[in-house]
Amino acid sequence: MSDAVKFIQGNVVCAEAAVYAGVGMFAGYPITPSTEIAEHMSVRLPQVGGKFLQMEDEISSLCAVIGASLTGHKTMTATSGPGFSLMQEALGYAVMTEIPCVIVDVMRGGPSTGLPTHVGQGDVMQARYGTHGDHAIIAVTASNHADIFRMTVEAFNFAETYRTPVILLLDEVIGHLREKIRIPEPGEIPLVGRLRTAVEHGVDYHPYLPREDGRLPMSDFGDVHRYNVTGLYHDMWGFPTEKPEVVYGLIRHLVDKIDHNSEKMTRFRKYHTKDAETLFISYGAAARSALHLVENRRKRGERIGLLELNTLWPFPADIVREACRDMNFVLVVEMNMGQITREVKLAVEDPRKVYLANRVDGELITPMDIQNIVRLIQGRGV
Amino acid sequence: MKNSETKTAAREHHIERAWCKGCGICVHFCPKQVHKLDEEGKACAVRPEDCIGCRLCELRCPDLAIEVIDRQAADRQGKDHE
Amino acid sequence: MPARDYIRERFFPHMWCPGCGHGIVLNALLRAVEALGLDKKNFVMVSGIGCSARISGYVDFHSMHTLHGRALAFATGIKISKPELNVIVPMGDGDAMAIGGNHFIHAARRNIEMTAIVMNNRIYGMTGGQFSPLSGYGTMGTTAPYGNIDHGFNTVDLASSAGATFVARTTTYHARELADFIGQAISHPGFSVLEVLSQCPTQFGRRNKAGDAPEMLESYRTGTARIDSKKKRENPDLIERGIFVQKELPEYCREYERIISKARGE
Ligand SMILES: Cc1ncc(C[n+]2csc(CCOP(=O)(O)OP(=O)(O)O)c2C)c(N)n1
Ligand code: SF4
Ligand SMILES: [Mg+2]
Repeated sequence: MSDAVKFIQGNVVCAEAAVYAGVGMFAGYPITPSTEIAEHMSVRLPQVGGKFLQMEDEISSLCAVIGASLTGHKTMTATSGPGFSLMQEALGYAVMTEIPCVIVDVMRGGPSTGLPTHVGQGDVMQARYGTHGDHAIIAVTASNHADIFRMTVEAFNFAETYRTPVILLLDEVIGHLREKIRIPEPGEIPLVGRLRTAVEHGVDYHPYLPREDGRLPMSDFGDVHRYNVTGLYHDMWGFPTEKPEVVYGLIRHLVDKIDHNSEKMTRFRKYHTKDAETLFISYGAAARSALHLVENRRKRGERIGLLELNTLWPFPADIVREACRDMNFVLVVEMNMGQITREVKLAVEDPRKVYLANRVDGELITPMDIQNIVRLIQGRGV
Repeated sequence: MKNSETKTAAREHHIERAWCKGCGICVHFCPKQVHKLDEEGKACAVRPEDCIGCRLCELRCPDLAIEVIDRQAADRQGKDHE
Repeated sequence: MPARDYIRERFFPHMWCPGCGHGIVLNALLRAVEALGLDKKNFVMVSGIGCSARISGYVDFHSMHTLHGRALAFATGIKISKPELNVIVPMGDGDAMAIGGNHFIHAARRNIEMTAIVMNNRIYGMTGGQFSPLSGYGTMGTTAPYGNIDHGFNTVDLASSAGATFVARTTTYHARELADFIGQAISHPGFSVLEVLSQCPTQFGRRNKAGDAPEMLESYRTGTARIDSKKKRENPDLIERGIFVQKELPEYCREYERIISKARGE
């Protein structure tokens, strides 16, 4: 299996990467354009002794995934916008109870049923703020098969490291695109396993007491420590409390464990940025077109670069600010009404230099679309 | 807490006063009127010597506050009275 | 309390109202588990949200207090990934039959070995007395101030036709029967459903002139009869108690083991 060069869909790459990362359980409900992930999981998981469940909806899928994670397994679900909407309450539960899991959202055009078979990137803010209440979240993305593989594994690693749900935002184009990928050898990408408590039987175990480094060792359900898990504000044993100081401590912990470690989760790629005067910022399928244009214009001597974001949340504001500093202008290329554009504007010193190149009609934004907007910004007309 | 020191009683009714919320189920259903609610509204075994050991007060207590301790350890299993 | 070993004593007295039937369910459940003599380490209780759902905090098992209606879904994930665990899922009537109705019928259809206990007080207790899918026509609730025109489900019929392989009903009045049925449900090698009529004197009783807790228990005595009993034959309108379904069909986790063998070409 390893070292094999394969010609497969992005969705299948994601499923293979999950197996590589050691996923032990997947639950899902079919929805275009994510269904191939579930289908591939139903083939692969039993082969490796894992469990695949097709549940009655996306709500139960994520709930089952969270339950299974508590027994000590790495777990994942995959969906698209309508299903991701249904998952929001359970997503908040995983945040609150600090249960690691990976949620893949292969984005299509929305809102509502929208464009089931066409691309969109409109769920970026939903990933960030979709569930109610204050919280921090990790969301990552990719634009090519090697990165889908890498970021899927990273998603599992982040989930385990920070005891939190992690969202992998793919999109219809890369999910369905077939291209070559070399499946990494075992060990080539480091894996983070479940951190289990060293506290012995009979000694008081605190499932919700962070260690000095902020991590919380877990104990599997069914193992020697019996404790409580609840979506209510809870104390270090996991029992409900409304004590203001405990409530405050928990919400701070939930936000800080991610915000304070944001550099450790920041993944990005820079293309031709060294001497660039104009910067594109993009992610997912849109970044493919942006890169294509950058490489074309470079051949003509234009000093254009691309910052491709693989981590969207926590938003890598410092990296973005630094990269945008001396640019004539910055063009954010995305297939929505400017969800990341807004973040870029907030991050940079001069937001007036930040423009949006988008497409929201279900078609992949093309290099020509981007070029036309560049021309308009430069006052050269299309 | 012991509520009865009656010498002849074959059984003792251990009632956890802090847990009892005084719903009156034990009082109402005891076939021998062993229990009463005291002035604080807590269950109290006033006629433990009449207890036949059916344990229904213990089984039906929503507060898990009653334990019938059979001094002779011979626990005749009572039936739900229908 | 003889089954003290199975509770988290520091949380007593519990949060339920005086006379709440949910405490009697807890009482019976502890006795049933004690009688089975199984290790606490192998018990998981997964509950949703509601007064009933608070039961999971009181048992000294692995306990998970989840989302309103979703307990069976969480429990399914736990069971499939660690089938050796005994998974008990207590639910409120709103929890199980309204918001969680879909998970209920699908868990029954899968026949995954878990014990679903529907603590039916015919009302949304926790939110203050709104009518539920088990309130029944004509009852009063804070959202049915002129009398409820929604018809109720019959939990036993629903569970049976959805494929549950053990289906029973009893009441908190019938405390020994209750402990017995809980024990049988836990021992059943498939998806088991036990409906327990459990009085809510505070929200249902008061609004429906059903009296206090003892009176409500009396109504369980007079208003129910064992399946095939003389009492039932003479009073066909009485609610039936007993075990309605008890059969063995392939269990989901064991079926999945077969899938694993197939996938591995064994
Ligand atoms: C998604 C969601 N909707 C609504 C609620 C509010 N809520 C909490 S408990 C409850 C009903 C409880 O009734 P039931 O399930 O019958 O349990 P009981 O309290 O009667 O035991 C409702 C509607 C919630 N917590 N979550
Ligand atoms: S409101 Fe009803 S169900 Fe809730 S604790 Fe009180 S009596 Fe029990
Ligand atoms: Mg209810």
